[in-house]
Amino acid sequence: MDSSTQIASAAANRAHNQRRAVSLLDSERWLGPLLIGPAILYIVLLVGVPFFMALYYSISDTTTGGGTQGFVGLRNFTGVVGTPKFQTALKNTFTFALISQAVILLLSNTLALALQKDFRGKRLIRFLILLPWVAPISIGTIAWLWIFDSTYSVLNWTLRMAGLIQGPGYMWLGVPHLAMGSIIAVHVWRQLPLATVILLGGLSSIPKDIHDAAAVDGAGFWRHYFQVTLPLILPISLVAILFGLIFTFTDMVIIYNLTRGGPYDTTQVLASLAFYTGIAGGDLAEGAAIALFLFPLLLAVAFGFLRVARRTEVI
Amino acid sequence: MITQQVRNLGARAGRWAILGGLTIFLAFPFLWMLITAFKRTSDLYNLKHNPFVFYEPPTLEHVHRLFSDTLYGEWLLNTAFVGVLVVFITLVLAIPAGYALARLTGTWGEKLGIGIFLTYLVPPTLLFIPLSRVVVDLHLDDSLWSLVLVYPSFTVPFSAWLMMGFFKAIPKDMEEAAMIDGYSRLGAFFRVVVPISLSGILTVAIFSFTLVMQEFVYAVTFISSSRNLTVGVGVPTFLVHGDVYFWGSLMAGCFIASVPVAILYNFCVDRFIAGFTAGAIK
Repeated sequence: MDSSTQIASAAANRAHNQRRAVSLLDSERWLGPLLIGPAILYIVLLVGVPFFMALYYSISDTTTGGGTQGFVGLRNFTGVVGTPKFQTALKNTFTFALISQAVILLLSNTLALALQKDFRGKRLIRFLILLPWVAPISIGTIAWLWIFDSTYSVLNWTLRMAGLIQGPGYMWLGVPHLAMGSIIAVHVWRQLPLATVILLGGLSSIPKDIHDAAAVDGAGFWRHYFQVTLPLILPISLVAILFGLIFTFTDMVIIYNLTRGGPYDTTQVLASLAFYTGIAGGDLAEGAAIALFLFPLLLAVAFGFLRVARRTEVI
Repeated sequence: MITQQVRNLGARAGRWAILGGLTIFLAFPFLWMLITAFKRTSDLYNLKHNPFVFYEPPTLEHVHRLFSDTLYGEWLLNTAFVGVLVVFITLVLAIPAGYALARLTGTWGEKLGIGIFLTYLVPPTLLFIPLSRVVVDLHLDDSLWSLVLVYPSFTVPFSAWLMMGFFKAIPKDMEEAAMIDGYSRLGAFFRVVVPISLSGILTVAIFSFTLVMQEFVYAVTFISSSRNLTVGVGVPTFLVHGDVYFWGSLMAGCFIASVPVAILYNFCVDRFIAGFTAGAIK
């Protein structure tokens, strides 16, 4: 009898404790923050804090050697903005981003439309199309370095065989405008798969009745596309452009591996200039100032798109 | 009738021309890696040869040289080491966060979700400068642990976003039924929600791993000795010596580091797209 009451009271105790723990974890007021807290803490420590460090660096005179951290106000900004190097990089950033995004938008729409219907071999084609996006970008660019090689370029060989050029052929990465064109081509190559995939997601979410109704009404291909399909995939296209623009403004891998900003800084963009100044050149303060220059730009892009996307009920 | 047929034929031809042209553009570099990797050096550098044709029998010399004369094998192991640890940290942080965003945090969670999304605006090219200082202060410079520490900062936000999409797609009734059966919400989450989300979790794991393989800026900034590099940085920096390029080995290294992961990725791409669009469109 003794032991059975003990067991009963222990059980009651355990149930009571359990209920307390459960009620704490069950109250959604606490469980939510508890589950999301660690992730937020990690992001604050490794994105938020360094971001403010970058803000601080940009108004100090910090160097990689750990030099003094004196406050120098906006000198880093005013000092760097006037330099021809910076202005070239700023101009190149826009040329690079705008042209590549325009090409990506056009090609991804075309490709997504072509992939919309089911056909034999679609899975294989989709696998091949996704390769540039899945493969590590630094490695993909090395293949392009070989394709653009000054002596053994397969591109030049093909053009020569087609009778389009004579002699040794183009220096794809060595001539100012051509180098920018090559960089843009590689960037389009790298981003086209993601943009296409996002647009395909948008296309497949359009109910079939809408297409049928348009067909019954006798809409031709272009009319159908511009008056039915395009307005419906506009929101998801905006998401694709937002990702694309942010990625384009901040990426430096293609430039680092293919041209190192050359020839004569004609392919230098802000992201790569920040790297060469801050890490390779050891001037953390000036590097941070250049990198920060991107931030208001990104913020403006993101808020613009979020506004439009909200109005059209994405996100 | 006949005009209709002609028109259909034209549409099909147009579609195949677009698909063919763009597929060649997108996949050609990988074909080129493969051809170059197995060509003999004398064949490769003969300007009179058609670069698409094997004049001499294929060889494994480049692949062999890659693993015996360079640190390529170690770079692959380093990448796997960092990748596995980062995926683990990412899952531990992002699965609960995604669930909280999908179910528990109501309107402020929506704002928080957008906030997490906005951390994308703070790119590596802005953070690598202060983080390089942090890494030195923690004595992690030139160590793979610096990458293990920093990489979740970009895998967690995206994964939490994806997981939120997956969890939102699960009917609420399933947890409610489990809670009526006596489970707490946390218990229902672990015993009901997590098991049916396994394929989504796998998608996030594979996706995070590919992000680790993609990363370049942090690795090139934090790691200085060639032995500690990941494959994405080792190949373009240490296999390219000045102006001497061992194109055969280089292309073999590129192919091995890119195509197997792509095949793995291909298995879960549909779920990835579903999660991506579900996260973006309510």
